[in-house]
Amino acid sequence: MSDQARILKFQIFRYNPLKPGDKPRMVTYEVTEAPGMTIFIALNEIREEQDPSLQFDFVCRAGICGSCGMVVNGRPDLACRTLTSKFADGEIKLLPLPGFELIGDLSVNTGKFMRSMSERVESWIHDTTADEVNFDKLEERMDPDLADKIYELERCVECGCCVSACATKRMRPDFLSAVGFMRLARYTLDPRDKRTDEEYYEIMGDDDGVFGCMTLLGCEDYCPKDLPHQTQIAYLRRKMALVR
Amino acid sequence: MKVIYTDSLVIGGGLAGLRVAIAAKQRGYESIILSLIPAKRSHSAAAQGGMQASLGACVKGNGDDEDVHFSDTVKGSDWGCDQDVARMFVNTAPKAIRQLSAWGVPWSRVQGGDRDVIINGEKVTITENHEAQGLITARDFGGTKKWRTCFTSDGTGHTMLYAMDNKAIQMEIPVHERKEAIALIHEDGVCHGAVVRDLITGELIAYVAKATTIATGGYGRLYSVSTNAVISEGIGTAIALETGVATLGNMEAVQFHPTAIVPVGILTTEGCRGDGGLLLDKDGYRFMPDYEPEKKELASRDVVSRRMTEHMRKGKGVSSRYGDHLWLDITLLGRKHIEKNLREVKEICEYFLGIDPVKEYIPVRPTQHYSMGGVRTRATGESPTLKGLFSAGEAACWDMHGFNRLGGNSVAETVVAGMIVGEYVADHCAANALKISTSTIEHFMKAEEKKITELLVRDYGENPFELKVAMQKIMMDKVGIFRNGEDLAQAVEELKVLNQRAKNIALRNKISSSNPELVEAIRVPKMIKMAQCVAYGAQLRTESRGAHAREDYPERNDRDWLKRTLTTWTDDSADLPEVSYEDLDVMKMELPPGSRGYGVDNTVHHPDTPKRLSQVEEIQKANPSANRHEMQELLNPLTIPEKFKGKNERIGRGYK
Ligand SMILES: Cc1cc2nc3c(=O)[nH]c(=O)nc-3n(C[C@H](O)[C@H](O)[C@H](O)COP(=O)(O)OP(=O)(O)OC[C@H]3O[C@@H](n4cnc5c(N)ncnc54)[C@H](O)[C@@H]3O)c2cc1C
Ligand code: SF4
Ligand code: SF4
Ligand code: FES
Repeated sequence: MSDQARILKFQIFRYNPLKPGDKPRMVTYEVTEAPGMTIFIALNEIREEQDPSLQFDFVCRAGICGSCGMVVNGRPDLACRTLTSKFADGEIKLLPLPGFELIGDLSVNTGKFMRSMSERVESWIHDTTADEVNFDKLEERMDPDLADKIYELERCVECGCCVSACATKRMRPDFLSAVGFMRLARYTLDPRDKRTDEEYYEIMGDDDGVFGCMTLLGCEDYCPKDLPHQTQIAYLRRKMALVR
Repeated sequence: MKVIYTDSLVIGGGLAGLRVAIAAKQRGYESIILSLIPAKRSHSAAAQGGMQASLGACVKGNGDDEDVHFSDTVKGSDWGCDQDVARMFVNTAPKAIRQLSAWGVPWSRVQGGDRDVIINGEKVTITENHEAQGLITARDFGGTKKWRTCFTSDGTGHTMLYAMDNKAIQMEIPVHERKEAIALIHEDGVCHGAVVRDLITGELIAYVAKATTIATGGYGRLYSVSTNAVISEGIGTAIALETGVATLGNMEAVQFHPTAIVPVGILTTEGCRGDGGLLLDKDGYRFMPDYEPEKKELASRDVVSRRMTEHMRKGKGVSSRYGDHLWLDITLLGRKHIEKNLREVKEICEYFLGIDPVKEYIPVRPTQHYSMGGVRTRATGESPTLKGLFSAGEAACWDMHGFNRLGGNSVAETVVAGMIVGEYVADHCAANALKISTSTIEHFMKAEEKKITELLVRDYGENPFELKVAMQKIMMDKVGIFRNGEDLAQAVEELKVLNQRAKNIALRNKISSSNPELVEAIRVPKMIKMAQCVAYGAQLRTESRGAHAREDYPERNDRDWLKRTLTTWTDDSADLPEVSYEDLDVMKMELPPGSRGYGVDNTVHHPDTPKRLSQVEEIQKANPSANRHEMQELLNPLTIPEKFKGKNERIGRGYK
């Protein structure tokens, strides 16, 4: 790395729907790059020093919580763990994730979407005895490899990148999307969840569910947690095709 | 005026808040959770390492039980904790983890047979019992006698939080997201809810409830560099302080974690060292055994952080443009282990440092990590001075951690406190009716409205972002790992000045709806008060205990300081809080004060300590046939909700 600091050029989408008369536009900001600078650091610098009204969402700033999904030079990604040094020409264009309600600038309401996704797929263990479990006794055993496999599918951080990258979602507003499929795949694998295939079919057995997916795999390409969307969607489709 | 009524208002959607709401709802009380962000993004998600519970299923955990966990916790706290609470906690933790297992957490499990692990820098083969196959396993963590930290691969907090939030969704508990509680509503020593600002529309809403629980997490962001999420700013604790009625406990007790990456302060979990990682200096030399021959890298956190700092002060740090640091070496664990059990660490190294920890050392340095202090509560979770106000999780000083909390004991606390405090919240809802006049609600709403209007109309004044940076720097430089009277006195004086300046904040962006500058302007004065509580408390406490290390008073002084700091802020125009102390009663301690077993023991003992020690001995002698449960009842009788009284089963041992 040369010691001559670069000047980064950020082009940022600005629009505050709650501000009367405000219009969507792109605004350019310049920031002097520092070693190890991430988009998180740069955006905070812009907010503190240039424009205190700039809206964006960061919580963990460590790539863990899924708050900071945005479109970075055309790619939905977690902004907090994106180093500015990655961009050779020093130009970085930031847009809010499409497919979600815009709160303002780069901030979108993924939370609302994810809660309703969870309600729709009934994202919990279906077992009428789960509440009566005697927790003084040894826990139910689980095969160690199976526990690991379930965890692999539970690593989703609800960032919404897969939703934004999905062409089907753009055409079908009620499309469940990859994040929902991944959640369902997680529960179908879990022996603690007693749902039958017929019950799962009720949730995803139509064109807003797995049968609507065109397997173009934007989801797999952009998922920052590298979840195995392709294999899981294929698995759910096979499973659901057998139901009726 | 918009008013929302409920039985149980929970401020905070992390593990603690969710669990309290679930408990109240299970008992039939309506609960609403408020959160700055979607609940699943709460900071609890970041806990990678694990949760302590004495299940004793893995072979290195055999022989573990509540008593061992209790003694580790009390020692870890440097005898600063409330032993009744620590007892309730250790007895309930196994139940908490088993319940979470039924609710969907895919805990990592015991695999019977041989496996290779790294212990003390050497590869060792251990043989797991086949009878334990499929039970919840555990890893080693600092300051614990047994391998007790249960985990899910590399994502414990994430899986716990997801299971908990999913349970709340199943129970139809509403989470009102992007809402910030900015003041508590109270009258005549009773709390009735909170004034809440909608972070999107800017609207102020009064949430009125029979019970209000603060579960807003820690206050790590009072420091410039912290492992905490950027929202861990202590605002929930601050609004309790601002009532002038509720007290905060042990605010000076702030923990520094040994291994956060340099410079950004993102944590690499204690699991790195628990699984066999080593700390090395600029010469590649493993220095910890020289300082702590017994526990080495796995001494308690506060101890390791201080030893690292000492070693760097001797010129053994690796110098960098961001100051000195040391190395964390996990290369010896091998690719397979790192990619499975420490993958989050690997991702962090790749994305933020551009290195591969399978092959390269990680630059680390002790960094602010955990807030032991918080809203002072009784064992029931209720504030002793403000009725109807409860607190749980990192926001609370329930006080099972005293002056240093053990790794893995915090997520465990959030869930266990959620269960226990949740029962008392429900009891409170059962016993109390909503009794509050509209004029009281209006009074509190108007006061907040006025403050916001003043911010929006003031033409010239202070920049809130600058004030915050100044405060964080004072805390970092003068109220850090090692403290001394001179620096602390300066910190207190400088914070007084900032406290005045914070009364004169002006905004550049003058809109009342979604406005990050306004959010900052509301928070910063509260944060400065919190910082002052920490700095002033640290200045007054002239001893060293746990994470509070005074260079000018290096000894733990039980004689004068075996007490909890209580802080209130009654006079809004003052620049300092009022500080008083609450004695810890040695004569009631199940485990009377002793040595933690690190470095030289220079404790100044309490006059009651020998008395209590002989009393304990007498009780033990007089009851030779008492089993450990009976002995605990004799030494430390507990009041705990009926549901949690049962004994815990363990493999190979039953309920003994
Ligand atoms: C990087 C990291 C790793 C860790 N690893 C471990 C580990 O391995 N094991 C362990 O035991 N502990 C660990 N800890 C500690 C542990 O994660 C936390 O102490 C614990 O999760 C705190 O949970 P909580 O429910 O109290 O608060 P949080 O999870 O912090 O939740 C706080 C909630 O309060 C809300 N909130 C805050 N202020 C307001 C307000 N004014 N109005 C409305 N809502 C508000 C937030 O939106 C959030 O929902 C770790 C901590 C860090 C920083
Ligand atoms: S495969 Fe394509 S259509 Fe299907 S969920 Fe993924 S992105 Fe959407
Ligand atoms: S599946 Fe991947 S891209 Fe989609 S929300 Fe989860 S983590 Fe994000
Ligand atoms: S801020 Fe948490 S993932 Fe980016």
